[in-house]
Amino acid sequence: MIYRLVFENLKHRPVRTLLSVVAIGVEVTLILTLVGVSRGVLGDMAARSRGTGADILIRPPDSAGFTFSLTMPEKVVNVVRAQPHVAMATGTFVKYIDSFNSITGIHVDEFNAMSGGLKVKKGRMFQAPDEIVVDDVYAKQHHLKPGSTTDLAHTWTVSGIVEEGKLSRTFGDIGALQQLFEARGLVSTIYVKLDSPANTAGVKDDLQKLLTNYKIDSIEDFVSLFSVNSVPYIEAFTRVVIGIAVLIGFLVVCLSMYTAVLERTREIGILKALGASPAYIVGILLRETVLLALTGTVVGILMTYGTRSLMAIFAASMPQEIVPDWYLTVAGIALAGSIVGALYPGLRAARQDAIEALAYD
Amino acid sequence: MTEVTAQNLTKTYRVGEIEVHALRGVDLKIEGGEFVAIVGPSGSGKSTLFNILGGLTPPTSGTVLIDGRDLIKMSEADRTLLRKTTVGFVFQKYNLLPTLTGADNIEIARDIAGKKGHERDPQFDETLALLGIASRLKHKPRALSGGEQQRIAIARALVNHPALLLADEPTGNLDTENSTAVLSVLQGLNKRLGQTILMITHNPEAAAYAHRTVTMRDGRIV
Ligand SMILES: Nc1ncnc2c1ncn2[C@@H]1O[C@H](COP(=O)(O)OP(=O)(O)OP(=O)(O)O)[C@@H](O)[C@H]1O
Ligand SMILES: [Mg+2]
Repeated sequence: MIYRLVFENLKHRPVRTLLSVVAIGVEVTLILTLVGVSRGVLGDMAARSRGTGADILIRPPDSAGFTFSLTMPEKVVNVVRAQPHVAMATGTFVKYIDSFNSITGIHVDEFNAMSGGLKVKKGRMFQAPDEIVVDDVYAKQHHLKPGSTTDLAHTWTVSGIVEEGKLSRTFGDIGALQQLFEARGLVSTIYVKLDSPANTAGVKDDLQKLLTNYKIDSIEDFVSLFSVNSVPYIEAFTRVVIGIAVLIGFLVVCLSMYTAVLERTREIGILKALGASPAYIVGILLRETVLLALTGTVVGILMTYGTRSLMAIFAASMPQEIVPDWYLTVAGIALAGSIVGALYPGLRAARQDAIEALAYD
Repeated sequence: MTEVTAQNLTKTYRVGEIEVHALRGVDLKIEGGEFVAIVGPSGSGKSTLFNILGGLTPPTSGTVLIDGRDLIKMSEADRTLLRKTTVGFVFQKYNLLPTLTGADNIEIARDIAGKKGHERDPQFDETLALLGIASRLKHKPRALSGGEQQRIAIARALVNHPALLLADEPTGNLDTENSTAVLSVLQGLNKRLGQTILMITHNPEAAAYAHRTVTMRDGRIV
């Protein structure tokens, strides 16, 4: 019975109900999109690291996290190659342009041998020193075709488009990059492929003894860094966004329920005259709130499919995952914000004087 | 059977600087099982008395005893409980919930009283039939005439069999035929269940159904 009243109340002001639901939906989508993009981007980076075909990677001393900003002498590659069980080793040189763009210089033959080969989909591999190839995602996002030029700390000509999934989205010749960026004889990372992945742990230990201060990781250890938990700023950023989202939900529900209480002054008076306790009145408002929050959560979940499509169109290099394991959490977040938002209006309704309310027109 | 005693009740409304003396010292004793009509000119304080006796608003001074319990000294929670368990109101302005159908308006009174799920008294359906609203219950108040709303408000007040029924002009909007039906229902309940009934009316024919009539003028019983 009480649910019929709750339902009729929500139906009575369809626009207000719709706006509240959409606002809670936005709150939910905000959280799910952020979490989904964080995971999608990290997952994509992990997949591309695996795409090198390497078992171990070596970075210069003092390297941290999963950056490749430091360099080491290319001669180290030869030392590594001389080790038992090492099938192949190749150095890369990464030039960072900004936080979203970098170019990876590779020895094409070595890289192809290790990774199974960059598959050229359009155009051809780079040949001249100022040519690069980009992967299909990068090409789509920046509207590049073979023959296009692009400015990444230097004006490059795109000679071809390659299939995505191997290490980087932009490749140039390592020699050309070393020369251009004054890093002759230096590499950022050495990728090592073994005769068998089973030897990874042993070879890694041997290499570490040989190259004492170098940062040496198995590819799986390295890839495990690409999780939300190991990137502190993503966690902090997620918390901030959740905070903002909860605030939105709180404000919307508070306002919505407050106006509902004001316009229902008389009805609340009637219920009180019939003997309804404050708890009964608050119960009605809370049920309305919970219904709004749950509907809003469902709407928000559906909206993440929309944001995923938008990301795919406008930010293809930042793939968004759908994150069902977050649905319960996000429903809890939406509920909590909404219920807190309904508290003040609820208290006001509960305290309202019955007869004054009945005199209200 | 619930008896009501009011002693030296006054009620002063303050509207800005102006004081309105709605009640100027009312003494009234209603025995359990009595059916009393209150008559008097408009503005004489009838509805005010009614709101005080039902515990909806406190008097400025004086006491009200319901079955010997002092209404004014009760906690708000106890007054709420009293309205829930003992008192039924029929308001002059009907006061139906606009978003609910007639049937649901009656049902919510049962829900508040915690009688949801309990079998409804079979005689109540008879009451609905007598009130002539059985066919109108699916409609919301907006789609009902004043007289129909009034009769649904009466049904809502009766559904929990309150020991004390306070009815403010229950026949104010009804034609002779429906007035007679409503008054017979009230009289029947009073006889059959011993409900104490206090009924405000302007109509002498309606007052004739009561055991006795009390007249108010200028906030006093005369
Ligand atoms: N909430 C209020 N605030 C101020 N004055 C009020 C209020 N309620 C009633 N009054 C005044 O108190 C007096 C008594 O009002 P009351 O409603 O009790 O009269 P009544 O006998 O029921 O009249 P009627 O027959 O028209 O219903 C009137 O002068 C009225 O204007
Ligand atoms: Mg009146």
